[in-house]
Amino acid sequence: MRAMVYRGPYKIRVEEKDVPPIEHPNDAIVRVTMAAICGSDLHLYHGMMPDTRVGMTFGHEFIGVVEQVGSSVQNLQPGDRVMVPFNIFCGTCFFCARGLYSNCHNVNPNATAVGGIYGYSHTCGGYDGGQSEYVRVPFADVGPSIIPDWMDDEDAVLLTDACPTGYFGAQLGDIVEGDVVVVFGAGPVGLFAAKSSWLMGAGRVIVIDHLEHRLEKARTFAHAETYNFTDYDDLVVHMKKITDYLGADVAIDAVGAEADGSFLQQVTSAKLKLQGGSPVALNWAIDSVRKGGTVSVVGAYGPLFSAVKFGDAMNKGLTLRMNQCPVKRQWPRLFEHVRNGYLKPSDIVTHRIPLEHISEGYHIFSAKLDGCIKPLVIPNAA
Amino acid sequence: MTYTPQKPPLPVSVDELRSRIPGWGVDLNPKDRPAVPKERFDLEATGAHWDFPERQLEKWPRERSIEHGMLPPVFGTSCPPRGISGAIRKYAYARYSEGRAAHWLLLLAADRVDAVEHHLRSLLTTHPDNPITETGVWAEFTHHGMASRFGQKRADLAHQPLDPVIVAGPWVAAGGAAYVGARKLAKAMSSSNGHA
Ligand SMILES: NC(=O)c1ccc[n+]([C@@H]2O[C@H](COP(=O)([O-])OP(=O)(O)OC[C@H]3O[C@@H](n4cnc5c(N)ncnc54)[C@H](O)[C@@H]3O)[C@@H](O)[C@H]2O)c1
Ligand SMILES: [Zn+2]
Ligand SMILES: [Zn+2]
Repeated sequence: MRAMVYRGPYKIRVEEKDVPPIEHPNDAIVRVTMAAICGSDLHLYHGMMPDTRVGMTFGHEFIGVVEQVGSSVQNLQPGDRVMVPFNIFCGTCFFCARGLYSNCHNVNPNATAVGGIYGYSHTCGGYDGGQSEYVRVPFADVGPSIIPDWMDDEDAVLLTDACPTGYFGAQLGDIVEGDVVVVFGAGPVGLFAAKSSWLMGAGRVIVIDHLEHRLEKARTFAHAETYNFTDYDDLVVHMKKITDYLGADVAIDAVGAEADGSFLQQVTSAKLKLQGGSPVALNWAIDSVRKGGTVSVVGAYGPLFSAVKFGDAMNKGLTLRMNQCPVKRQWPRLFEHVRNGYLKPSDIVTHRIPLEHISEGYHIFSAKLDGCIKPLVIPNAA
Repeated sequence: MTYTPQKPPLPVSVDELRSRIPGWGVDLNPKDRPAVPKERFDLEATGAHWDFPERQLEKWPRERSIEHGMLPPVFGTSCPPRGISGAIRKYAYARYSEGRAAHWLLLLAADRVDAVEHHLRSLLTTHPDNPITETGVWAEFTHHGMASRFGQKRADLAHQPLDPVIVAGPWVAAGGAAYVGARKLAKAMSSSNGHA
């Protein structure tokens, strides 16, 4: 089969690999029909995530057709069209039993602090991902769902990560009616977080980024009020000015480890790897939110320490909430929202790239060329 | 108003938001939010039909965090550790917990070594690494590299010039290693010639 393969920072290629075998009785092998590149993949691509091995296939957003199932699989059959959450989870460990599917303890030998994620380094379990023609899907009775007939493929693939993560980020904000919500980052996750904030009853939704094409999308797709942080000498003061010097009630970090806005923070994290991540957006969130407010973090950071302004968070009495998104828990409600037309996930797709051209796809998405917001990847066998 | 008890008024009233934005407030009630409460004990919800899953076959000694009490039943099988990078990785897992910076710094160092090992190895194959195709920089010409950057207010332009340095790093290191290796070999050959 053809598969994307990591060759070192900023380098990937498509190689011939063996179709993955069944390794466990509850495995399925899925033939991928559509995948996507996530902002999280960029952290791997830039070499920031410890234990990202040369030869690994990335990709944790994908849909496909069940090709083969293991002996204990009951809920799926070959031929089923499935969408697969980015989390790999067992369904019955202490954490899964409590709905914390992204924190499963039975799927990742390499680390206890993070669950299992497809194609997301050995730190997240050492699984190959779905930017390929076939992928091994563990716990086939637990993770995947059959794609409803009425759902578009592009909506389905966005429901495996970006859309539920944004929706989850808004929920972590504990929004009450009329809250002022500021979302840092107008990437896929931030756009969905902004859009979802309205569903929870926000009174004002503000989006911050430095890429004009994404801020434009935040205005049209997510009805948001937007600001380009490069227009302000001190963004935190600007945030206070536009909120009567109170600050926002809720701030959502949808940027994560490679945040721009401080050369020093960016270079020490993304380039020199001396910190787990550049906490520029997280620090702006802490300083822009009002005292007693909530900071929701869905942006991803590496396992090393980061220079976070913890003192301000403490003195302000903030609530900090965060997690990898437990995707499948969001699905029943999100499916309703998609069906009712409150959310159209595929509206943010800008590029559809054949698997054979995935190196260019990564470069376009990473360097933010060509108005790119969300690139999909189409395998040859699709 | 910040210095007084009431909240500043919203620019647009809630009634207007409801009529303007599709779905406004449908999840206003926390009971309708799937992530609330954070922990919700529900074994029925997952589709699992085991208490503890069957164990996957361990085909090679699987490196694992020493914060785990045992090898979890299911794990990824991509890229088993090998070479010098593999040795560093095994040591990082065996010696340091996730709580130690040394654990992560060793793993990051192993990643850099891994890249160099693979670049060197690829030079001996019919499919050597190609920095042009693998970095996808060709897209600069096909997807508006210039227009996407200039005349924009992008903050990332300041550090993007560092990217080629990171990309070239392993090639430079591999070239250096090859050069040192070749010199050693030449020396060894000339000294063994001398003895003959
Ligand atoms: N928690 C989860 O489950 C989960 C799931 C998916 C993605 N993520 C993480 O969410 C983050 C965003 O993902 P994405 O796919 O939207 O990525 P993305 O890279 O497309 O978007 C990030 C956006 O942030 C902007 N940005 C950079 N610095 C900023 C700053 N200081 N302030 C405001 N905006 C800034 C960038 O210009 C970009 O538009 C990543 O860190 C990703 O790893 C987490
Ligand atoms: Zn992701
Ligand atoms: Zn579990």
